[in-house]
Amino acid sequence: MELSEQNVKKQRPVHLDLQTIRMPAPAIASILHRISGVIMLFAVGILIWLLNSSLASAESFAGVQALFDSFVVKFIVWGILTALGYHLLGGIRHLVMDSGRWEELASGTASAKGLFVLTVAFSIVAGIWVW
Amino acid sequence: MVTNAASFGRSGVHDYILIRASAVILACYSIFLVGFIALSSPLTFDVWHGLFSTLPMKVFTLLALFALLIHAWIGVWQVLTDYIKCTALRGVLQFIFVITAFSYLAAGIVIVWGV
Repeated sequence: MELSEQNVKKQRPVHLDLQTIRMPAPAIASILHRISGVIMLFAVGILIWLLNSSLASAESFAGVQALFDSFVVKFIVWGILTALGYHLLGGIRHLVMDSGRWEELASGTASAKGLFVLTVAFSIVAGIWVW
Repeated sequence: MVTNAASFGRSGVHDYILIRASAVILACYSIFLVGFIALSSPLTFDVWHGLFSTLPMKVFTLLALFALLIHAWIGVWQVLTDYIKCTALRGVLQFIFVITAFSYLAAGIVIVWGV
């Protein structure tokens, strides 16, 4: 390593104070995609349990329907739908970016914000549907 | 060459393709199932049971759960390798998540088999 290169490395500022780092919209979109993905992995466990009960017999199907009278169950299902909607829409955004579009700062920020707006809209519709 | 025993595909390119291919299957299944439930209200046991008693729906369900195994394996690997620096802990967590996804597939096989 050359001396000048060492100097450059030594003088580079290190900023790791996460409290003061402002996350741009694409960064928030990225971390939410990861969080919603992990949520979905747990959610599928709940959904498979519901699928099993709903298909076992007419009585257990009625039991699953009765579960939806509870606010907590409705809230969990609404949460799962919101996480699924966000993860799916974010995934479509990823596929568009694979094609070379929305890769610049302005278009990437705009598409991330569009993703948030679409998710909020979907989440509201899902909420109306569940309740 | 960097090799990683915990990743799913043979290489990063392989993972890249697999996570997208499985994503397309999962997206189709999710949209179909949510759409089916939304459009067939009130959803009765006969309609629901009838849907899952058909061979295409059983295959579609198992295909989605197999896609989930691949998708979750790669996705969890990406998340864990970024945040968990302790190799032993990362290995244990990857193991737990992968057997969870395997269990979902196993449960799905038993569920649609019995319909």
